[in-house]
Amino acid sequence: MAEVVLDGITKRYGDTLALKDVSMTVPDGAFVVLLGPTGAGKTTTLRMVSGLDVPEGGDVRIGGQSMRGLSPAQRNVAMVFQQYSLYPHLTVRENLAFPLKSPLLRTPQAQIDMKVAEVAEVLQIAHKLDNKATALSGGEMQRVSIGRALVRRPSVYLMDEPLSSLDAKLRADLRIELKRIQATSGATLLYVTHDQIEAMTMATHVGVLDRGRLVQFGTPREIYEDPVSVYAASRLGLPRINILPADLFGRAPDGAAQIGLRPEQIRQGEGTDASVRRVERLGDQTRLHLTIRDHDIVTVTDAHTTLESGDIVKIRPERAFYFDAAGARIA
Amino acid sequence: MSLSVTDPNPRTKWIAGALVIGYAIVTIMPLLWIIATGFKSPADSIAYPPKVVFEPSLEGYVNLFTERTRATEGMLEDAGPPTTWYERIVRDQGMVITGPSRYGERFLNSVIIGFGSTALCMLLGTMAAYAFSRFRVPLKDDLLFFILSTRMMPPIAVAIPIFLMFRGLGLNDTHLGMILLYTAVNLSLSVWLLKGFIDEIPVEYEEAALIDGYTRFQAFYKVVLPQAATGIASTAIFCLIFAWNEYAFAVLLTSGTAQTAPPFIPTIIGVGGKDWPAVAAGATIFLVPVMVFTILLRKHLLRGITFGAVRK
Repeated sequence: MAEVVLDGITKRYGDTLALKDVSMTVPDGAFVVLLGPTGAGKTTTLRMVSGLDVPEGGDVRIGGQSMRGLSPAQRNVAMVFQQYSLYPHLTVRENLAFPLKSPLLRTPQAQIDMKVAEVAEVLQIAHKLDNKATALSGGEMQRVSIGRALVRRPSVYLMDEPLSSLDAKLRADLRIELKRIQATSGATLLYVTHDQIEAMTMATHVGVLDRGRLVQFGTPREIYEDPVSVYAASRLGLPRINILPADLFGRAPDGAAQIGLRPEQIRQGEGTDASVRRVERLGDQTRLHLTIRDHDIVTVTDAHTTLESGDIVKIRPERAFYFDAAGARIA
Repeated sequence: MSLSVTDPNPRTKWIAGALVIGYAIVTIMPLLWIIATGFKSPADSIAYPPKVVFEPSLEGYVNLFTERTRATEGMLEDAGPPTTWYERIVRDQGMVITGPSRYGERFLNSVIIGFGSTALCMLLGTMAAYAFSRFRVPLKDDLLFFILSTRMMPPIAVAIPIFLMFRGLGLNDTHLGMILLYTAVNLSLSVWLLKGFIDEIPVEYEEAALIDGYTRFQAFYKVVLPQAATGIASTAIFCLIFAWNEYAFAVLLTSGTAQTAPPFIPTIIGVGGKDWPAVAAGATIFLVPVMVFTILLRKHLLRGITFGAVRK
């Protein structure tokens, strides 16, 4: 396992700027999650580290060594692709054994069998080992694809939305399993996801990408509690942070154009009147959809609330975030 | 492949079936006629009206593989009584065998040149097609068009320059020369067909192999080639059929050592009485390798021919 450093990476695809001067340090043994919408540069970042694409500017270092001019094989990275990319002409077993048989590793057969069995067990695909890779369901393919990375001990694991097509239960299982593997083996992981629960529960660090730029890098709590912009604040939190005009609740700091309120930053029972539009009961929590002067707000309340739509509830911001007109955090 | 085709109604099915059978009869009849003629006696082969029912004879095949001469009394005495079945057939015509014919040799030449050029064409074609499909080649589109344009004129149009070139290089009447020539003619079509097949293989498979510790060439060999098997098989059949049947260049450029079967077969017809059964026998045997090759690869061929029309 090793530390991964991206140093001023810039990448273009034709006329599109995919990454602009991205620098970050993934500490040895860290679990770094990259967040951002489609097109933010998450997958491109993984491709830069893997060596599948070469940056126009900047350098990638793994374990202190510059990766310039090194092929993916020479970099000793493992990658889980979003589209699974299982070898369709091979069985599940052969797919899992493929990286171990590479000229790079040349693992003895006995060890291959052991490794494959072990990984198949963890990923719950042991009963499918002799199936053709194409005869699997989407979720099974995705697990084989994860397994193909896990059979190795590379310097860094790169994972591109590895849990996206699994059902909820399996996703929860594998989330814990991946985290356990990472914690016990001390593996370095660079992980792309849209799922904020994955980001919050697994990450030691989160990188927020916005149109090819790394806008914030820190622990999940830092990103959640101290976002640098509206954009970064919107990446985490469910329900999403409410972004409203800064003066909706009265005086705002100088230069503030918008106020950002997460549910826990909304104190209920005092302050401004808000009308309840809708009550969503999710079981463990209940969401309130409120309206103040034509502005919609979503917050969370007691699971057993007696509020109903049409009721009036008083709310007041508490330790709110303030942003300027461009979306940058000012308080 | 999932096709959403509604089941045709019985009447449509019946008409379609009749058309297919009719077409099959039209195309298969000449083939059957050739095969049948190979087993006729020379007299039956030119009988009018044509004989559909006849006494089968191996005379054509024996004549195909032997050189014979009209027997004189002295010869028959020297040779003694016939010892093998084929000698007996020849004796019955009043002839004696003077040696084997050159058909076997010519047939072997066809096999060497046909399969050799097909193999070479596949080797070069898959690699070129892969490069065109995956890499940024300068002037790619122009190059591809140029490659295709070599196919636009009939190859025989350049017969004279090729003849002169071959003479200058000492490739006249050599196996190597014919293999190179057929490879050159087939390569353009191969590159185009194979590029289409390789384009359809997602690049992610190779990327996965690169990450898994393989080099670009190993990824090509272990991941791309197995998936391109269908395309390679159908392209190989096209190449083999061309090289196998080619007549004009074979007549022009070969005479002795490297002559293939197509220019040789017409010479079997002999002088004096036309030996149609021997010609038919030669044609029948000549058909076998391509038929076997096609049947072996047929499951790939169907998908290959419909390729591009059907989306996975």
